[in-house]
Amino acid sequence: MRKKQTGAASGISFETDRSRWTAPLRDLLHHNKIAVVSAVIILLLVLAACLAPVLTPYGETQMDLMNRLSPPSAKHWLGTDEGGRDILTRMLYGSRISLMVGIVPSLLSLVLGTALGMLAGFRGGKTDAVIMRAADIMLAFPSILLAMVIMYTLGGDLPAVFLTLTLVNWAEVARITRAETLRLKENEYVEAARVIGVSRMRIMLRHILPNCLPTLIVLFTLNVPAAIMTESSLSFLGLGIQPPYASWGRMINIGRQYLYTAPWLCFAPGAAIMVCVLAFHFLGDGLRDALDPHLKKR
Amino acid sequence: MSRILLEGKNLTKTFPAGKNQRVHALTDVSLKLFEGETLGLVGESGCGKSTLGRVMIRMLEPDSGEVFLLGSSLTKMPDKLFRPVRPKLQLVFQDPYASLDPRMRVRELIAEPLDTWHPEYSRETVTDRVLELMEAVGIPREYLLRYPHEFSGGQRQRIGIARALAADPRLIVCDEPVSALDVSVQNQILNLLKDLQKERNLTYLFISHDLNVVRHISGRICVMFLGMVCETGPADEVCSAPLHPYTRFLINSVPAPDPRKKTDAGALLSGEIPSPVRPPSGCRFRTRCPYATALCAEQVPPLQAVGSREIACHYPLK
Amino acid sequence: MNDNMLEIRNLCVSFPTDKGEVKAAADVSLTVPKGKIAGIVGESGCGKSVTARSVMGLIRRPGRVTAGEILLDGREILHLPEKEKCRLRGSEMSMIFQEPMTSLNPVVRVGKQVEETVLLHEQLSGTAARKRVLEMLEAVGIADPQKRYNAWPHQLSGGLRQRVMIAMAMICRPKLLIADEPTTALDVTVEAQILQLMRRLCEGGTSVLLISHNLGVIAQVCDRVSVMYAGRVVESADTDTLFDRPMHPYTRGLMRAVSSLQENGEHLDTIPGTVPDLNHLPEGCSFSPRCSLCADGCRQRMPELEEIMPGHTVRCFRPGEEAEA
Repeated sequence: MRKKQTGAASGISFETDRSRWTAPLRDLLHHNKIAVVSAVIILLLVLAACLAPVLTPYGETQMDLMNRLSPPSAKHWLGTDEGGRDILTRMLYGSRISLMVGIVPSLLSLVLGTALGMLAGFRGGKTDAVIMRAADIMLAFPSILLAMVIMYTLGGDLPAVFLTLTLVNWAEVARITRAETLRLKENEYVEAARVIGVSRMRIMLRHILPNCLPTLIVLFTLNVPAAIMTESSLSFLGLGIQPPYASWGRMINIGRQYLYTAPWLCFAPGAAIMVCVLAFHFLGDGLRDALDPHLKKR
Repeated sequence: MSRILLEGKNLTKTFPAGKNQRVHALTDVSLKLFEGETLGLVGESGCGKSTLGRVMIRMLEPDSGEVFLLGSSLTKMPDKLFRPVRPKLQLVFQDPYASLDPRMRVRELIAEPLDTWHPEYSRETVTDRVLELMEAVGIPREYLLRYPHEFSGGQRQRIGIARALAADPRLIVCDEPVSALDVSVQNQILNLLKDLQKERNLTYLFISHDLNVVRHISGRICVMFLGMVCETGPADEVCSAPLHPYTRFLINSVPAPDPRKKTDAGALLSGEIPSPVRPPSGCRFRTRCPYATALCAEQVPPLQAVGSREIACHYPLK
Repeated sequence: MNDNMLEIRNLCVSFPTDKGEVKAAADVSLTVPKGKIAGIVGESGCGKSVTARSVMGLIRRPGRVTAGEILLDGREILHLPEKEKCRLRGSEMSMIFQEPMTSLNPVVRVGKQVEETVLLHEQLSGTAARKRVLEMLEAVGIADPQKRYNAWPHQLSGGLRQRVMIAMAMICRPKLLIADEPTTALDVTVEAQILQLMRRLCEGGTSVLLISHNLGVIAQVCDRVSVMYAGRVVESADTDTLFDRPMHPYTRGLMRAVSSLQENGEHLDTIPGTVPDLNHLPEGCSFSPRCSLCADGCRQRMPELEEIMPGHTVRCFRPGEEAEA
């Protein structure tokens, strides 16, 4: 499919059959059906989360103690939980929390980590030393421990959870970005930009950052499920999302107690987490392959 | 008589090489570059020609010594003062595959110097200039929005040259610009470089290991070995009547594309090139030189003028 | 009695790519006479390396040989089972490559690597093998072989490493040595020495197939030359004849391009255009878009390789003609 673009004042039209983003997307469509399916699934999950009130007749915290722990039926498609709440409803509202908890901190830590990592890698010297020591300190603690400490201090509301997960995650992103920057810095085209006289900031933004993107995107897609898992661990410790709201992680942890009597409490959120994690992983793989020009070209 | 554009005096440069060792890339090298000429730097691996090229245009800082641009010290210039000078001294790279950012289109690649040095240009002006440059280096206009991987090696090299030109330079250091190209493409690029030099009054510092190429394109040649200058002089003279033993062996070793002119086995150098980490004392060439004496081991031969040539040897040929 | 150590007949090698089957080598025929050095010259993508690797059976999947025969000393080897081919490699035919840096195992001492080769094919005691290795190292011009025997690859310069490669290749006294751009990565003074070494090996009775893009190397060392373009042999002759009287327009273009470098003209001779993408070969003769002699017939059919003089074959409808001024 050729895209025509008109050249500036010269009035000549130039043809290109590739643009920076449509070509990789087409590659993805042709070669990696699983990634596309995953993207669709994620999109559907996001849609479901947004449209939760519309999709279910039940309220988020509507309890029906007469019908506690009832198995899946026509009235409650996924059954009810220990408080008589419709599990499907909980799932839908819970997906909002889980997805937000997955995506927002991952995005924040991506931005923070990338900025610091690139700075460290590009400037070297003292800047590098300071940033990396900070990162090392963060990484030296087990993430759960760190999360616990932060949550204790900050309390249990959603912003606190976001902050915690961001702080826990940025160091890894910074480490990786720094390594990529160091590697990319050695590329001849960076030297070429230096000789032209391009400023350091522009080199970082135009030559190094875009070439880090494939790695960063994959990292993002791996961090999302990791964040969801971390949150559910926090929930287990009583530190995550507080009742009456629920994330999938919390639903599983509550449902553990009823595993033999009412397994559907765990099953739905468990399956949801699994599908979500797998979808992000496959999408990440597909995107990385599609976005890397070295793999693309023969 | 053209004036001296760049002059390097007593340049020394070393690089760390792990375990308390250093690579002696340049040792007390002096070089003059006249305006409008093409000076060829030729030598084998480890001779320091690439390092010298980069030091001369302040892409690398020498450990000691100074580079002068039209008389003013380039090395000691503060960064702010140097900034407007940077685009005047450009570099064309050896590897056409590695020197272009694979994520940028041709338009962006050639526009980058324009955006950097002429932020006042409108988008249309930039595109027009880019198209002019593409035409000047022989890339069809229709390829404006293509990516590097869609081009052949020779075409990528043209893009690299267009980039260098976009900065409006006075001097271009060409670092092995045709070594990675096939011979028919190589000639096209060499012709292009020659044409551009005439049109735009450029000065070239042409670095190559290929003596034939250097001899063709250069007015003067400088032969280097292991971080030292052996011989400098007019290209034809140096190649037909070398004064330094190394130059003579170098010339003898080039395989002539004529089956009747077989290389004389006796006229070849024996042995390996010494490591630049532990260079021989005195004259660096002495371990391979059949004429070396004790003097060669003790004293570094100074670079001396002999007519239009400069030579660093205790026992120059004939 | 067969005069040829190696005969390649109508070899075709294909590689599947996203854009279809690419014929990296098509209808390649050439010979290496016994005790002589034959060369294949051409630019990148012409198929010379692929041809060389087919002889050794080193074409990796998904590429494959689709047609042709290869005879080593009269014996067909292309269709032998893999086990037989392994037996031949190293003992009857061997190969050296361009990058000695990556062809040697960095964690094994060089002497040991050469020894491995000989022990693989011959029954020798440890001492006898070691002695052979030292003799071989000396024969390839390595000074102080005792010391170098225990060296690690990274301690050796490019030239020395290439000599070690040659020692490994020659230690079982193969009948045929294939050298794929053996001096391209070396400095010119070292290259000259290695080329002398190759001539000496040939005088010792080994037949050599030398691949290079450098006409100078070919002229210095080869007795016979085949020129390849876009996967096909376009001309084949004795070296003297080829350089004296090239017949194919491409060969002539190459020769002129190289010789104009020696002359003092302002402009260098070039062949207009670039080497075609093997995925999009032109109709008819592959060289037609760049050829000054191109006529209508050239664009319709691919010319066959024909012998226009004894020992001199050309693939052209108008061999030896001059372009109109």
